[in-house]
Amino acid sequence: MTSAGSGLTVLQTCVLSLLVFTGASQFALVGALAAGGNPFTAAAGAFFLGVRNAFYGLRLSQLLALPRAVRPLAAQWVIDETTAVTLAQPTRRAARIGFTVTGLTLYTLWNLTTLLGALGAEALGDTRAWGLDAAGPAVFLALLAPMLKTATERAVAALAVLLGLGLLPVLPAGVPVLAAGLAAPAVLYLKGRRGDGARDDVREGDR
Amino acid sequence: MSIWIAVAVTAVGCYAVKLAGLLVPAGALERPLVRRLAALLPVALLAALTAQQTFADGHALVVDARAAGLAAAAVALLLRAPFLVVVGTAVVVTAGVRALTG
Repeated sequence: MTSAGSGLTVLQTCVLSLLVFTGASQFALVGALAAGGNPFTAAAGAFFLGVRNAFYGLRLSQLLALPRAVRPLAAQWVIDETTAVTLAQPTRRAARIGFTVTGLTLYTLWNLTTLLGALGAEALGDTRAWGLDAAGPAVFLALLAPMLKTATERAVAALAVLLGLGLLPVLPAGVPVLAAGLAAPAVLYLKGRRGDGARDDVREGDR
Repeated sequence: MSIWIAVAVTAVGCYAVKLAGLLVPAGALERPLVRRLAALLPVALLAALTAQQTFADGHALVVDARAAGLAAAAVALLLRAPFLVVVGTAVVVTAGVRALTG
């Protein structure tokens, strides 16, 4: 985390990572506070970036079928990465293992690196020089690719990419990704109008 | 103090939306259309996120070394390369292009 030097103490930085645990929201909050924003505006921006996690939760609750008592605990780990890994699993057992291992690993590493970063360690130097900023999207691409099995899923992904990129310059951070979520109902609606809902799912190879 | 307020409001808000998705009762998700929608939404969100992480620089769209790295990763995927090879390819190509182009 780059919280050091933006006015947050080591304790505040670590509490942020422990309690918020949504990278994009944390960076947005720290950035807005560093720029002198008032706390509620800064929190609102961070909140927008976290809203997509609710939509991940909808799907994850179907896939994981967690007991009610476990849900408040599991909720903290509902993020982009755990969702991508869980969605890629073929069975419920594998999905639960994938969610737990990814969640635990990332939660531990994220909070450790936050602590080290807040204490001033910059051991890695410029991660961009090592090309590590490409690792995140490459992981998502590799996890997402096998999910794009049908024409419907491909159409949703393609429209979402167009919306996400097209709206990026004009909407506040976090909102373009949410707007891209509209690709799902839009494609379902168009498919319904064409009246070929069921067939489309078995048709392969028409990319 | 105001930083603590911002941290607290963000923590409560972000946790609440995470929990909200998980707490929607299974019955509400049983209708076929809702099921399809819930299944497609993460695909849309993650696809948009992947594109943004590849082409976004703040609020601007750019084609830089990351795009080359992701293109190489896509080729590796088409060649059915293992997961770590795909990610490694993206990292190495991005670093390489960046080193070559300064």
